Amino acid sequence: MPVYSEKVMEHFMNPRNVGEIENPDGVGEVGNPVCGDMMTFYIKVKDNRLEDVKFKTFGCGAAIAVSSMVSEMAKGKTLDEAMKITPRAVADELKGLPKQKFHCSNLGAQALNKAIKDYLDKKKGGGKK
Amino acid sequence: MRKVYLDNAATTPLLPEVREAMLPFLGEDFGNPSCLHSWGDVAREAMEDARNQVAQLIAADAEEIIFTASGTESNNFAVKGLALAQQNKGKHVVVSAIEHFSVLHSAKTLEKWGFELSLIPVDKYGMVSPDDVRKNLRKDTVLVSIMHANGEVGTIEPIKEIAKIAKEKGVVFHTDAVAVAGTAPVDVKELGIDALSLAGNQFYGPKGVGALWVRKGVRIIPFLDGGVQEGGRRAGTENVPAIVGLGKAAELAKANMASRTEHLTRLRNRLLTELPSKIKHVVVTGHPQDRLPGHASFCVEFIEGEAMLMLLNSQGVAVTSGSACTSRALKASHVLIAMGLSHALAQGSLLFSFGLDNTSQDIDYVLEVLAPVVDRLRQMSPLYAKFTKTSKGG
Repeated sequence: MPVYSEKVMEHFMNPRNVGEIENPDGVGEVGNPVCGDMMTFYIKVKDNRLEDVKFKTFGCGAAIAVSSMVSEMAKGKTLDEAMKITPRAVADELKGLPKQKFHCSNLGAQALNKAIKDYLDKKKGGGKK
Repeated sequence: MRKVYLDNAATTPLLPEVREAMLPFLGEDFGNPSCLHSWGDVAREAMEDARNQVAQLIAADAEEIIFTASGTESNNFAVKGLALAQQNKGKHVVVSAIEHFSVLHSAKTLEKWGFELSLIPVDKYGMVSPDDVRKNLRKDTVLVSIMHANGEVGTIEPIKEIAKIAKEKGVVFHTDAVAVAGTAPVDVKELGIDALSLAGNQFYGPKGVGALWVRKGVRIIPFLDGGVQEGGRRAGTENVPAIVGLGKAAELAKANMASRTEHLTRLRNRLLTELPSKIKHVVVTGHPQDRLPGHASFCVEFIEGEAMLMLLNSQGVAVTSGSACTSRALKASHVLIAMGLSHALAQGSLLFSFGLDNTSQDIDYVLEVLAPVVDRLRQMSPLYAKFTKTSKGG
């Protein structure tokens, strides 16, 4: 088992915002089982802010902690602010990730970004569902 | 909190009797077995006793035993040393796709050195077909190396049949018996093989010691050049305390083989039956019957192994997994993939390996704590969500 920071362990043992949002405003899915981790982020947007963020993750301890941390960091932020969350910032908030886990498990920011883009695309498309 | 160690495939603990046997050689009996004085004599005699004990464990002759520093070293030694010794005859070697990396990577090294390599596939149980081995033998084949049993999925391979085929074609046959020797009966003469690897920490001996058995008359290139230790085939001052421990562990394993096997098989059978009935969407990996005593392996669908390991560890249970995330290389187990499992399923790999100290209560405890662990991770899993939606919808 890799050596995880206390913060990673804490988020892994008590992940925040696990679940799905019914009728989400945006959904972002990244990863595949071959590389090991899959994440799906669901967002609810109100007044250009992330009113709610939830996720489901298939993956290792780091992947679950990353998802939890991203959801916590993103909640309440404006869309622009949330888009600026980087994998590095997530790893820093988690007090570091094992080197070999940085790329494969640190997909949370990407999944969130995809969910926001999904929302923006839908909006552009005239609210078609 | 209850602590349950179920990772004996990684290493068994050291038996107190083994430790006791080793202690003098970490103290007053510190001599170098190569030396011609009383200190040397004591060390040499202890080492030769150990050689006898290890030989008896596999029904071999003591002079055919070479002590090494690990099962990995024994495998490197055998694969490279046996092939190189015969390179004038041919440069083709045959190994299975599910060998331990110490065999597989040694074979790949031979490839870099100009040998050709044939990888024998396995069926869904991780079983090598002797016919497949036969089909892959060529005029220039000099070595076949097929493991006795796979430590990851527990399947015991038809070594005797394969050895017979190799013998008919005059090809040297080596088996990596690290998972078997000391755990289940092994008789090298009855198996009809030429070389065999074993390791001490698989049967309550110390770590950092193993042995390679090479049948008399079979040529092997020395692994370490230097002095004349181990018949000049593996130079370097011997690790006497570890070798003595290996010998003691071999003696105890032989003496108690039947009762140990019975105990381990009972525990493993219970888990193999009860786990899949208690937790849905779990598949047994490896052969249902032809498997190592004490070895129960599964894939739990929709979730990943490392996360399971961590949650089980927080409940005091030590197990292992072949998931990509648990490996440093971040690749799913080559064994599970060779058996045809999907990457997603291989990610949920979980291996329980029982030891002498385990009890039926340990299984009660594991079943009690595993179910909520699986449930919790499934509630988090997008794959499980998809599965439940599709099965409801259809």
